[in-house]
Amino acid sequence: MSKYISLTINNKKYGAKDDLTILEVCQQNDIHIPTLCNDEMLKPVGACRMCIVEIEGNENLFPSCSTKVADGIKISTESPKVKRARKEILELIWANHEYDCLVCKKSGECKLQDYCYQYDITPQSYYEFDSRKDYDINYSNKFFYSNPNRCILCGKCVRICDELQNTNAIDFINRGSKTYVGYPLDGRYESSVCVSCGNCVSICPVGALMPKNKIKFRNWEVRKVKTTCGYCGVGCQIELVIKNNKVVRVDPVKDGPNDGLLCVKGKFAYNFINHKDRLKSPLIKRNGKFEKASWDEALSLIVNKINETKELYGSDSLAGLSSAKCTNEENYLMQKFVRVALGTNNVDHCARLCHASTVTGLANTLGSGAMTNSIAEVKDNDVTFVIGSNTTETHPVIGSMILQAKRKGAKIIVADPREIVLAKKADIYLQIYPGSNVALINSMCNVIYHEKLYDTDYIENRTEEFEAFINVIKDYTPEIAAPICGVSAEDIKIAARIYARGSKSAIYYAMGITQHSNGTDNVKSLANLAMMCGNIGIEGGGINPLRGQNNVQGACDLGALPNTFSGYQKVFDDRANEKFQKAWGSKLSKDVGLTVTTILSAALSGKIKMLYIMGENPVVSDPDTKHVIKSLENLDFLVVQDIFLTETAEYANVILPAVSFAEKDGTFTNTERRIQRIRKAVSPIGDAKADWEILCELFYRLGYPAEYESPSDIMDEISTLTPIYRGISYNRIDEHGLQWPCTSDDHPGTKYLHKDKMARGKGLFTAINYNPPFEMPNKEYPFILTTGRTLYHFHTRTMTKRTKGINEIVGGNYLEISENTAKQLKVSDGDILKITSRRGSTNAVAKIVDDIKDGVTFMTFHFENGANVLTNSEALDKESNIPELKVSAVRIEHA
Amino acid sequence: MNISQLDNIKKTTLNLVSFPQSIFHKKEVRRVLRNCDVIDPLNIFEYIARDGYFALYKAITEYTPQEVIDIVKESGLRGRGGGGFPTGIKWQFAFDEDMDDKYIICNGDEGDPGAFMDRSVLEKDPHAVIEGMILAGYAIGSKKGFAYVRAEYPLAAKNLQASIESAQQMGLLGENIFESGFGFDIEIRLGAGAFVCGEETALIASIEGNRGMPKVRPPYPAKQGLFEKPTIINNVETLANIPQIIYNGAQWFKKYGTQKSTGTKVFALAGKIKDGGLIEVPMGISLREIIYEVGGGVGNRRKFKAVLTGGPSGGCLTLKHLDEPIDFDNLLSLGSMMGSGGMIVLDDTDCMVDISKFFLDFIVDESCGKCAPCREGTKRMYGILNKITKGEGTLEDLDKLERLAQTIKITSLCGLGKTAPNPVLSTIKNFRQEYIDHIESKRCTAGKCRSLCKYVISDKCIGCTLCAEKCPADCISGDKKELHIIDRKLCIKCGVCLKVCPVDAVEVM
Repeated sequence: MSKYISLTINNKKYGAKDDLTILEVCQQNDIHIPTLCNDEMLKPVGACRMCIVEIEGNENLFPSCSTKVADGIKISTESPKVKRARKEILELIWANHEYDCLVCKKSGECKLQDYCYQYDITPQSYYEFDSRKDYDINYSNKFFYSNPNRCILCGKCVRICDELQNTNAIDFINRGSKTYVGYPLDGRYESSVCVSCGNCVSICPVGALMPKNKIKFRNWEVRKVKTTCGYCGVGCQIELVIKNNKVVRVDPVKDGPNDGLLCVKGKFAYNFINHKDRLKSPLIKRNGKFEKASWDEALSLIVNKINETKELYGSDSLAGLSSAKCTNEENYLMQKFVRVALGTNNVDHCARLCHASTVTGLANTLGSGAMTNSIAEVKDNDVTFVIGSNTTETHPVIGSMILQAKRKGAKIIVADPREIVLAKKADIYLQIYPGSNVALINSMCNVIYHEKLYDTDYIENRTEEFEAFINVIKDYTPEIAAPICGVSAEDIKIAARIYARGSKSAIYYAMGITQHSNGTDNVKSLANLAMMCGNIGIEGGGINPLRGQNNVQGACDLGALPNTFSGYQKVFDDRANEKFQKAWGSKLSKDVGLTVTTILSAALSGKIKMLYIMGENPVVSDPDTKHVIKSLENLDFLVVQDIFLTETAEYANVILPAVSFAEKDGTFTNTERRIQRIRKAVSPIGDAKADWEILCELFYRLGYPAEYESPSDIMDEISTLTPIYRGISYNRIDEHGLQWPCTSDDHPGTKYLHKDKMARGKGLFTAINYNPPFEMPNKEYPFILTTGRTLYHFHTRTMTKRTKGINEIVGGNYLEISENTAKQLKVSDGDILKITSRRGSTNAVAKIVDDIKDGVTFMTFHFENGANVLTNSEALDKESNIPELKVSAVRIEHA
Repeated sequence: MNISQLDNIKKTTLNLVSFPQSIFHKKEVRRVLRNCDVIDPLNIFEYIARDGYFALYKAITEYTPQEVIDIVKESGLRGRGGGGFPTGIKWQFAFDEDMDDKYIICNGDEGDPGAFMDRSVLEKDPHAVIEGMILAGYAIGSKKGFAYVRAEYPLAAKNLQASIESAQQMGLLGENIFESGFGFDIEIRLGAGAFVCGEETALIASIEGNRGMPKVRPPYPAKQGLFEKPTIINNVETLANIPQIIYNGAQWFKKYGTQKSTGTKVFALAGKIKDGGLIEVPMGISLREIIYEVGGGVGNRRKFKAVLTGGPSGGCLTLKHLDEPIDFDNLLSLGSMMGSGGMIVLDDTDCMVDISKFFLDFIVDESCGKCAPCREGTKRMYGILNKITKGEGTLEDLDKLERLAQTIKITSLCGLGKTAPNPVLSTIKNFRQEYIDHIESKRCTAGKCRSLCKYVISDKCIGCTLCAEKCPADCISGDKKELHIIDRKLCIKCGVCLKVCPVDAVEVM
């Protein structure tokens, strides 16, 4: 326990808690102390010695960053002795630093420069000893360079890479005045474990680590706009640095969910915003060729087609795909547009391909289909069970936080077909076969049941149907599950015990659980496990689906689903339907609409005639590419609204140019249910318009009023109609955002769900039996293909492939196979392979890895004509319609 | 293992082996070194025959851990590694921490130039260190010890490892020592050649597998050390004292020494001294006794100039200090320090500026690079000293040197940096004129700074031709039995002529 003490600083009395450092107390009281190596995110190391202060009665000066306050001490922060020493230290640092401020891009926001100015240093002090550092600049990283001659060895880069990012790619090399920071061994990026997150670059206080940037700018020429990153669901808060309407740099913001960290995509892959290939005007396909058109022309054509189709085939022959990349306001408008203006519930979006089974599974068992707990809690878990999520690559910042928890003593359990980064650092790693999740989880429950490690009171008070569940899992002994999963029974027991014994055990999962023909079963099994041990409704625990896209949570929340309005209000629920009819002034269908997967099949069968796609790329992202293309080709009319001419847009009749997240206002809801602002930082490229503006225009042309002046107006409408968003307004979320449910204007938002009581009332145990994946290997197709992502690309690469460095790291499709599989196929690393499934064939470069099981192969789904040529659009989960993207049987041969 | 077995071994061995008398000066008191060159270090029986492991038995069977700590406190033993912190108090800190895991570390990273006390003990009496570590473990409640030995001491590491193994075989290390339920084991960790790893937090980092860089204290290792657990780090010599303190009692230990510096201290006498080598003398002995009696005085017909104590962290004592008593506090008050016990004697051919430069050169090389003042400052101090020894220095440089030294001293992170300027400050304090001679008269009176001196042959020359024969630059001419002459244009100032001249006819001006 900390005590309250009193101390004197610069002859003035102050009170402070005794567990604070002198620096912290001074900062609280607005007493400025210079620092070079200190950062509140990192442990203090006291290396730069700039923050030294004098404590009465001591000859030596003390580093305030790492000296705790004590009762009665008298501190001088600006005594002549202190100032002299600081000046001397600065002169020493400066003397061993490149004298190139005139051309250094850091000039203007360099701490060394600032302090040298502030302390009036005498540059010539040590000029006569011309033994300054003379190292080569290291350009080997694709995104930044390191100039050791400008480095002041504060070590922040080394520490952020170690303490927070947990990659440990760089360190100090040599010692004494010969020390420099770099990659080990040959000093090259290529031979290091660096993931190019750029957190070292962001934290460097001088010009030693600098982004490679073609656009030159001085720091006083730019402006900065705080916004939310447009890549994954973590919802990192960033600052876009803008010069002349161009984004020239991205910096992390410290107080967001990301805690000052970013990944390679968020930090460096922003080139797409100002890319020359951006769509700049509407295009209409005439005689098989796209021609530039005016907005009026394009919109008139669309409106005519909508009216014509409705008249000829009825409203249910139209459908719309909304976008997990667009804002909440735009998703809300899109589903409203489909429901009101098109007159159908045929609206869905790509959540169907990622977490449809989560929404169904968790809504059924707990009453709410979202991540139960918060990102900030990740760091405080006792036990982290990661299953089917390659977190360090797909949600890099959360991945780092899981490893931060491990540093603090948390245990990690990983179940994944590939020995991913987290698996290598896990306490127990289960290398399971794709699709064996239910067997694994049931057997873990079996161990917990037999060893009586479950939470009786919790089960009694907060759940139901426990007995029925026990009756099923009784048969799933670890010995029975082990061969199904391909792991040892002993390891299953160890994992079960670790999970059950943690007082705050949290589950994190993603596509490895959901993208299966039994995806909903997988999710429900995890809910069983979590409830059995009393881990739902507690801080630091929970069951946490990690959402993939920046706003996939929001797109679901705002009703871009065929069965719900915003806030998961069912379209067939009379009261809800009536409420929306009244609010929107239009008759609404009560029939549940078609899903992404069934819309395409219906297009193929001729039931769907016209499709409006906003910001989605099914030709690459959806299973069975051939089937997708045939379906799109069978449409009478296809509208694609996007920022680039995507593979899907090629099949459109009209393409509308939309704007990126940097060019519009709005909100995204991240994976932890936090509604955060995005802010217009640059004006739209060419004639492009924000998606919400385009939709408003169409509303108007179709005869429906849509009088929104700004996205804020749309949010106001959302909050009146959506109970979980009722307390959301732009004013309230300006700084930190709010986590739903936020049910009134003074509701503080919800850090974790199901506190005291499940949203559903009682948590429902579900008795689930293991079913093998739809497609298992056989003689003709002897290998399992599983799919996923790489750190460097996002989704269908529409944004990431515009950044050169990204493509240099991962430039083409590859297939990961084990050494034994390679031997069996007589394949060497780098060979070009032809991979064939029942749907078709694709080529990929062989990449022999040591972290995948024999007989299992892995391919990312990012590339056009890649993995999704092979995947199956027919193996659907019965309850949620999610396709089994994680398991296909394939044949492999030399191309 | 039990006491009758231990007694048996002692008796049998004493019957079989007659130990040689070790030879040492009458002013010496050999405690830490008592077994060195007396027993076979690899024969645990011989150590037992000399009462080895009886202290451990006594402690475990007769004393509670707190009583062991109290005896060490009462003995007044202070850390022999240089800091001089009271060992018992340090142990008490770790004892008071309520933790399951605690560690004992033996600091055998002896790095001062010219110091080899720890090396001798590790090589020649390893069991004394092992027994000391077990006792420390018993006292604070630790089950695990690490002996950190610098890799440049292969024999020390080898002997220690062999001794650990024989102690394990005898049941003196491992589970359930003397059937008491107390267990303790030791692992060796080799250093990788960094002087800074003698600093305890850097040493801990090194054992943890991290870069050997010091950390800010507090937290002190006794509270939060190795793997963030309470850790006692004691120097080899400190640990080697422990068994005898426990066996003979605190009063016995205090028989020698001063009130605040009890017991004996081992010094490595080196440099311009007749009888150099390891000596063990009571604390409080005068410098004169050490140099002129135990060491036999300065050799080569030269005059005593100074003695450097504390290695690169210490300073110099001069003629006027000859009668000062040598103990922890007095050395500090004289602007030097005990250090680990290196003593380098200098005569009138040693240049104090040059000596400062030598130590700074060492420090520049050994600074870990973590904190700015040490990393950047020592490099600049070296630069200034270099300038002065070349005759290019100014009086402003001398001011700058002192100012810089002061800044480094009060702002550096660890002991290495804080004490790095000591040799410079101490030599400036005691030999300021020598610095001024280098700057103003461009003269190095000791004849060490080559840029500043010229070699001349005086009329004492007997024409023996030895200098001309040995001169590598062939710049000395003269006929047999005639006065020789040095061609100063060709002379490279190597000093060979000075050394070989039988009549001291070569002079440096």
